[in-house]
Amino acid sequence: MFYREAGDFKTSYSQDNQTFPIAFDRWRYYLVLFVAIVVIPLTISDYWANSLLLPFLIYVIAALGLNILTGYCGQVSLGTGGFMAVGAYATYKLMTAFPWMDMVSVTILSGLVTAIVGVLFGLPSLRIKGFYLAVATLAAQFFLVWLFNRVPWFYNYSASGQINAPERTMFGMAVTGPNAEVWVKYLFCLFFVIVLAWIARNLTRGSVGRQWMAIRDMDIAAEIIGVNPLKSKLTAFAISSFFVGVSGALLFSVYLGAVEVGEAFGIQKSFLVLFMIIIGGLGSIFGSFAGAAFMVLLPVLLKIIGVDLLGWPTDIVAHIQLIIVGGLIVFFLIVEPHGLAQLWRLAKEKLRLWPFPH
Amino acid sequence: MKKLATLALAGLMAAGPAMADLVFPSLSYRTGPYAAGGIPFADGYADYFTLLNQRDGGIGGVMTSVPECETAYNTERGVECYEATRGEGALVYQPLSTGITYQLIPRVTADGIPLHTMGYGRTSAANGDVFEWVFNYPANYWDGASVIINYLLDQNEGSLDGQKIVLLYHNSAYGREPIRTLEILSEQLGFELVQLAVDHPGQEQGNQWLTIRRERPDYVIMWGWGVMNQVAVQEAANIRFPMDHFIGNWWAGAEHDVMPAGDGADGYLALNMNVLGDLPVFAEIQEHVIDAGLAAGDGSNLGSVLYTRGMYAAMLAAEAARTAQEIHGVADITPAMMRDGMEALSITEERMAELGMPGVGPAFDVTCGNHGGPGMGRIQQWDASAQEWVTLTDFIAPDDSVTQPLIEEDSAAFAAENGIESRGCAE
Repeated sequence: MFYREAGDFKTSYSQDNQTFPIAFDRWRYYLVLFVAIVVIPLTISDYWANSLLLPFLIYVIAALGLNILTGYCGQVSLGTGGFMAVGAYATYKLMTAFPWMDMVSVTILSGLVTAIVGVLFGLPSLRIKGFYLAVATLAAQFFLVWLFNRVPWFYNYSASGQINAPERTMFGMAVTGPNAEVWVKYLFCLFFVIVLAWIARNLTRGSVGRQWMAIRDMDIAAEIIGVNPLKSKLTAFAISSFFVGVSGALLFSVYLGAVEVGEAFGIQKSFLVLFMIIIGGLGSIFGSFAGAAFMVLLPVLLKIIGVDLLGWPTDIVAHIQLIIVGGLIVFFLIVEPHGLAQLWRLAKEKLRLWPFPH
Repeated sequence: MKKLATLALAGLMAAGPAMADLVFPSLSYRTGPYAAGGIPFADGYADYFTLLNQRDGGIGGVMTSVPECETAYNTERGVECYEATRGEGALVYQPLSTGITYQLIPRVTADGIPLHTMGYGRTSAANGDVFEWVFNYPANYWDGASVIINYLLDQNEGSLDGQKIVLLYHNSAYGREPIRTLEILSEQLGFELVQLAVDHPGQEQGNQWLTIRRERPDYVIMWGWGVMNQVAVQEAANIRFPMDHFIGNWWAGAEHDVMPAGDGADGYLALNMNVLGDLPVFAEIQEHVIDAGLAAGDGSNLGSVLYTRGMYAAMLAAEAARTAQEIHGVADITPAMMRDGMEALSITEERMAELGMPGVGPAFDVTCGNHGGPGMGRIQQWDASAQEWVTLTDFIAPDDSVTQPLIEEDSAAFAAENGIESRGCAE
């Protein structure tokens, strides 16, 4: 009824090509932006920000990054945790070496450092594919964690081997450190999410994204029609690592404040982000958001229901949580292999026809 | 904005459990590779407060509550737990994880909630002049390292010159803590220190024990936790390393660490900071808590090493709360009052006997400048045939001339990094 193209006339190509061609969708998108930028910062509580929204926003960036590489370009990566660690340690080194630098520059520079490292580890992708590439990126994961543990320069020779984020401000407001207000941290992360999601969306529907998808669908055919595999694979690695690096930088500086590399950026982090994009939907921007929300919110939701409302013992709830999350992953893989994004797509198709499906 | 946040938080909390008066959150871990140590400690911690509620009607007439939050020894979940329980009026945090401690030190300092890391956490927090909100009495890792070396000196007629000592440590902030102390001691005493790191979670140690076999050290000191301890003891038994030359720290000396290796673990040494054995308080816990069906766990851990330590931690918290009530003359204390109570805490032999746990730990006084306590530890040995720990020594004092300059140096660095002014404790 409301959700259809009929009556929504496009008079130029740019209008025809817009991300949300349906008026209702556009308005919904502006509403979400309004709520995220204006309403939430005014009403946010410490608990909701620190345990739900900040990790959600940060993991969205990581999921977007991995989705570019795996979902769009078809290169499986298990090195996400390692690349996040590169972002975090680059941030730490920049923050301590250049105390005057503002956090946006620090975060972007950390992303660029990660992009360079990502390209280095992406080079094998020119020769090897599929499972073998996954193993090569797994090596990156272990190598990077080992490196940050082993070389004291990375953690400024601190006795504990941990890195701690000192306080840094943005427009006079603390963004990192314990004295930062939650709404400042939230807006800081939200800024990166909006900008990076916008970049990702526009890259993936432009010529670069089409080259990635051509490589993903059949690399030999893509090469024959003139796609340069070197260029497209390495841009995918670079841009994906940039996103993942930014997410690691934010996870360390804004969210956690102190990090121990083996624990915060271990192999389980790589799997977590991989699960996010598989559940959310490979090759979908919305899927990255949905997957991150699913993996971040569900455990907390189950904990609130189990421990706070039902009063069950914490260990039982923790185990039930593993069972439910695992069960849901299997359920999604069987029932909807294209993830939450496909469910959303189907719902939109149905809505277009509603209330006259025939 | 703050007001809105508080309102929203209040709304959230109203949906939660009913608010009790004195809140001692327990950031426990009953799942994951460190659960073996986390469960008995959490049981002991919760059961002691239940005992106080059941037997005495709380502390100073105010009931206590121990909301539990599962961290699985994971720092991200630890932060989530801290945020979740902070709004309930938490008086003191005891995360039982050095990693989570490092996360919480800046947060508790900003939020004004005391943090008590008993025998773990950041060692230099012993300097109360810099770390106003952090306490690590009665002992810390640098003390522990020094106590072990003092014990070894005692065994070797006062000289470790030319000996080779391996430090087998959990590759995390926790495991790295003793390195600086041991390095300095190795320079002073002339022993060779070999450092071997074991990565989280600690099941893979084949390589390390191969190195130990090749290096033939005189002693192996272990800074381990969770499943790492069991594997290390088993591996040591496999290569027939003399068990009485293998010393764990106080987190590597519980029953579950040595049981899986069976007879092979016989003679294994470990440090402890509290006593073992049948304390009178256990009978009361059995009567008021376990038999009443109020135990936090299944009650089977009563009296084990880590259960006793969890109960000891709870006792220190309860005594600090009582001290705070006396200082301020209010029964319903705030976290800031709790801090004052912790800083004025005085544990005497008489008080421990009165509480039904005579000599459970050393007698000590906390002061403004010293948040670390005396740092004493004792050595215990596993008797595999009797399936029990035998205490070998009395409390051994650490060498403060080694640890104190390190504490000064590290806390001064922290103060400079974070712009912390001296509180003027020295005056």
